[in-house]
Amino acid sequence: MGSSDITVNGTARPCDASPHTSLLDWLRDQGWTGAKEGCAEGECGACAVLVARPDGPERTRWVAVNACLPPALAFDGQEVVTSEGLGTPPAPGREGDLHPVQREMADRGGSQCGYCTPGFVCAMAAEFYRPERTPQNSADDHECGPNGFDLHALSGNLCRCTGYRPIRDAAYALGEPDPGDPLARRSDTPAPAAPPTRVSLAEAEFVRPADLTELLSLLAESPDAVLLAGATDAGVERNLRHHRPPLVLAIDRVDELRDLRVEAESVEIGAALTLSEIERGLAGRVPLLEELFPQFASRLIRNTATLGGNLGTGSPIGDAAPVLLAMDASLLLASAEGEREVPLADYFTGYRQSVRQPGELIRSVRVPLPAAPDAAFYKIAKRRFDDISSVAVAIAMRLEDGAVAAVRIGLGGVAATPIRATATEEALVGQPWTAATVARAAEVLAAEGTPLDDHRASARYRSAMLGQALLRFHAEQGEGAGAGPAKPLQKGGFDRQNHYENWGEGR
Amino acid sequence: MSTPQGAVGLTVSHESADLHVTGAALYTDDLVGRTPGALHAWPVQAPHAHATVTTLHTAPALAVPGVVRVLTAADVPGTNDSGIHHDEPLFPTEVMYHGHAVCWVLGETLEAARLGAEAVEVAYEPLPSVLTLTEAIAQESFQGAHRTVARGDAAAGLARSAHRFSGQVEIGGQEHFYLETQAALATVDEGGQVFVQSSTQHPSETQEIVAHVLGLRSHEVTVQCLRMGGGFGGKEMQPHGLAAVAALGSVLTGRPVRVRLTRTQDITMTGKRHPFHAAWEVGFDDEGRLQGLRATLTSDGGWSLDLSEAVLARALCHVENAYFVPDIEVHGRVARTHKTSQTAFRGFGGPQGMLVIEDILGRCAPALGLDPTELRRRNLYQPGQSTPYGQPVRHAERLEAVMEEVTTRADLATRHTQIAAHNQAHPHRKRGIACTPVKFGISFNLTAFNQAGALVHVYKDGSVLINHGGTEMGQGLHTKMRQVAATALGLPLSAIRLAPTRTDKVPNTSATAASSGSDLNGGAVKDACEQIRERLVTVAAKAFGTPPGEVEISDGVVSAGEESMPWADLVRAAYLARVQLFAAGYYRTEGLHWDATRMQGEPFKYFAYGAAVSEVEVDGFTGAYQVLRTDIVHDVGDSLSPLVDLGQIEGGFVQGVGWLTLEELRWDTSDGDGRGRLATQAASTYKLPSFSELPGELTVHLLEHATEDGAVYGSKAVGEPPLMLAFSVREALRQAVAAFGPSGHVVDLGCPSTPEAVFWAVEAARAARAGRATPREYAVQVPSGSLVTGRTVD
Repeated sequence: MGSSDITVNGTARPCDASPHTSLLDWLRDQGWTGAKEGCAEGECGACAVLVARPDGPERTRWVAVNACLPPALAFDGQEVVTSEGLGTPPAPGREGDLHPVQREMADRGGSQCGYCTPGFVCAMAAEFYRPERTPQNSADDHECGPNGFDLHALSGNLCRCTGYRPIRDAAYALGEPDPGDPLARRSDTPAPAAPPTRVSLAEAEFVRPADLTELLSLLAESPDAVLLAGATDAGVERNLRHHRPPLVLAIDRVDELRDLRVEAESVEIGAALTLSEIERGLAGRVPLLEELFPQFASRLIRNTATLGGNLGTGSPIGDAAPVLLAMDASLLLASAEGEREVPLADYFTGYRQSVRQPGELIRSVRVPLPAAPDAAFYKIAKRRFDDISSVAVAIAMRLEDGAVAAVRIGLGGVAATPIRATATEEALVGQPWTAATVARAAEVLAAEGTPLDDHRASARYRSAMLGQALLRFHAEQGEGAGAGPAKPLQKGGFDRQNHYENWGEGR
Repeated sequence: MSTPQGAVGLTVSHESADLHVTGAALYTDDLVGRTPGALHAWPVQAPHAHATVTTLHTAPALAVPGVVRVLTAADVPGTNDSGIHHDEPLFPTEVMYHGHAVCWVLGETLEAARLGAEAVEVAYEPLPSVLTLTEAIAQESFQGAHRTVARGDAAAGLARSAHRFSGQVEIGGQEHFYLETQAALATVDEGGQVFVQSSTQHPSETQEIVAHVLGLRSHEVTVQCLRMGGGFGGKEMQPHGLAAVAALGSVLTGRPVRVRLTRTQDITMTGKRHPFHAAWEVGFDDEGRLQGLRATLTSDGGWSLDLSEAVLARALCHVENAYFVPDIEVHGRVARTHKTSQTAFRGFGGPQGMLVIEDILGRCAPALGLDPTELRRRNLYQPGQSTPYGQPVRHAERLEAVMEEVTTRADLATRHTQIAAHNQAHPHRKRGIACTPVKFGISFNLTAFNQAGALVHVYKDGSVLINHGGTEMGQGLHTKMRQVAATALGLPLSAIRLAPTRTDKVPNTSATAASSGSDLNGGAVKDACEQIRERLVTVAAKAFGTPPGEVEISDGVVSAGEESMPWADLVRAAYLARVQLFAAGYYRTEGLHWDATRMQGEPFKYFAYGAAVSEVEVDGFTGAYQVLRTDIVHDVGDSLSPLVDLGQIEGGFVQGVGWLTLEELRWDTSDGDGRGRLATQAASTYKLPSFSELPGELTVHLLEHATEDGAVYGSKAVGEPPLMLAFSVREALRQAVAAFGPSGHVVDLGCPSTPEAVFWAVEAARAARAGRATPREYAVQVPSGSLVTGRTVD
């Protein structure tokens, strides 16, 4: 039963795909072969397409996503634009009509083999249309163009040929969308709603419940159902490990999971909000989260990935957990039976295990305010853009009279779960915030957890990075910490360059 | 004479750029949806590094709905081998590496084929395996011939040296990570002609292997390559077996068969850049001039020979890079290990060879009390000198020139001062800057490969269609070939159309490899065009009543003095006069000779030169780094197509940076169940450069007045040489690490120089500064009893 329509490049097409068919495979089966599979795990962006997403109730935002991860059925009623829909090449008897992004990429040598290019074009187009993008003086910032183009918009796209320079030039040369630009005009009207969907096939069932009540009742009936929000983990499970769950529950558009409430004593973040939505919604109000966002995977991933998913999978190397642990966050768990609040520090029980009961889901994440005045997040990885942590360290501290009044340290990548560095915290609390204290505590920190040797890093390096993180925190904060280091924010993001310039000077 | 629009030397975009950006450009696997009834193939991959297949039971797979056939050795009508040395069984009975495909399942859908592959029952008898170079050397597990490049008396050179050092270096491999994975689509027509569309750099060899697996002759198999989504050498040999599987399936089922590897299959099944080990002994005189070098290079060839001997030969021919070593003896050998069969990768052993001398110079400079750039300069080849294999280094003066120009453009002297001041003021982050040169020999080492063909048609309406034997993988070969044809015929670029590469148009082609695509195919296209032009000029001269020498064809207009006519009219007239309007072009590189056994001769037509200055900043807390700025001066001769050449230089450089600083292949070398498994088998675990590795500033300058007389329109090859400009980044990292240590500190840096490797080097430097005992893991050691003066290596 069930048939869905997906609008691709302006034309609605019926979708009778299996719940296990990705949007990418479906598009390619339909003849839209512009989007390519490069890695099938959301790391390369060759499959990126544009999707019309709500930007408040009145407007639409073009968001670039990896088509290889979500199932096609998750796009029931949605509008998708591929590189083919942005422009057309010249052909016999027909002039070409390239989109401004395509024009810049073609003219500046932005494509060589061309295989990654349609994905780059879509990711670049999303940034081209981003309403907040405004020209700015960015002479000293290699990651922001004079046109306000944030290079991190392309952090989820890999190119093996060009070395990226011409792509950066193309991005920074873009102007504003023409007033008549069809995608720009589409932004002025509401985005498509996500209608309840139920597709039952012999091999699997895909259900998009109408609301939280229906969702919780379905989950109570089938506690083994896979909850699908951004599909950034479930899609990898399907593509690489061939996981074929019999029931998929799409929760990404359930309103009750998409609230962002900023109050005096806490921030409550709906579990199905995407990282990008949270980043825009908080607009820098929680500095430690603001540090996290640009280091969390890539823009393409953040456009669909959720905090609920990042915590729900229970991965020991998810980047959100260390930060939320340092901020003393708690989780609101909901089931058909009711709701309960669990401190994040008590949530994880083992490798990908938690106190979450069958039939329960994460409804929201509550972060207490005010946040500790001195805080930092350190992600150790091989690559600065879009890599998985070998170690992640988040520190939140409050000093009084030059001594550590309170400190919480969250660690990722050093144990079967994200953990608090409790021994280190004990070694710091009550001590004067001096180099000697920090040196002693850094040794304690280096011994926390039970890091492993793997392809990302050696155990020895992981341990060393723990100790180094505290030394670096001290060097950055200085001994006169209290107000936190000067870290001006820009373009709604953490100013890495400024951060980089300000540390280590013995201030 | 006006220059036709789009002629050689003018800046034009990639000929498929509009198709790329709109997603309209077709790649092999985009054809599947346009090919009704295609079957999909999935391999059964062995979970052992080395094992015998004791039973292979395919019946359970056939019970899976949608499974159509399982391909095994018994199905092969011809030869069960997909290699060029007859050492690569297509369906093996002995598993030689973890992930080796033992059979293939064909299904109506990819999912059916995958489930079928899961259902195949295979029993294995595990065998002992050799995985690391250390193990291979200890067990003397080698394959192919051992080779030596030598000149003079290395022992005497070392004996007379005032300063002697020895050491070793391990050099990591590299996954090609072309964005388009390996793909082939085979059909059989009503006459039994096998047609394989393949993402291949070497259509002729794909054709030959398909034919010999099927037991057919070459004229019964046609291979076409529309374009590749990247190749980098990874599609020179690796596509053959996959094309053969598709073709075999198609012959047996009568249906189209598609083989497309997933990324994980591609990484676990196909060969990579060879890891190398090098042990060396070097001597310098008091002025820092190289006197003698003795080294042994061992490459990790993986389970079969593939191109390993040729890769080794190029490594041995580049071990001295840009430097004159009077007395030298370098041995090379190929290890056999139970890993994927390592293969061609941009530079083809050259980078690994050159890294040896650059590593030596970087390590020894502080011990010699010399600035590394000065040390490099003092040792550059001078005009009149020859390589250790006996080839005069023509245009050796360009090495001085490129280094001089790039250091001037980069303002190296001023920045040295600025960096010193920065490092003085910043305890936790240090900067380093380095300049390294590149000298890279152009031509296939094997002389016979240096030939190419083309087929150029002029139709009656004046339009031109060119075919040539080269393949397009993004490097812009087709763009350049259109420019060559436009120039040779005197036409605007719009008059020239290029057809996809097919073996039934141009036969017996060499791989598009060794940076030779433009030199060879350009020569052939030019030859064909010139034949046609000459015939047409005769027709025009008759029409104008002038001597042929006075006829010009430019931008589509044929003229002589006052007389002129459009190109199309001339073509029409020539047709009516029964003049042949098509031509086969042929080119072979003259003047090459090579004794592959003695490793002596002149294997290269010329050398490509370049130099780069890079500045990096290293974070002392983590070992993480950023490339702040890179300046490049590179010699492409007279550029055929400046935008294309710029793209090759920048792209090659960044790919080299990836190899040297980021990309890390990690195999399970434990004795556990996973022994031999590649741990980095996905984009999430194997990290190639992203935007964050692009230098903050990157400038490229093409060396001027650099005409290369021997190549098409004075140009030079550009595909591979720029990759090695990335040595400047690794050497800059070494400088930055040294700044954490005491003056004159010798830095031993792992390769790839990942943040972790850099961090340990920083720790060693800090320990040395603090006067703490450091782990004596330095590979640079002073041989006992040798003549070592002053500040030696600690």
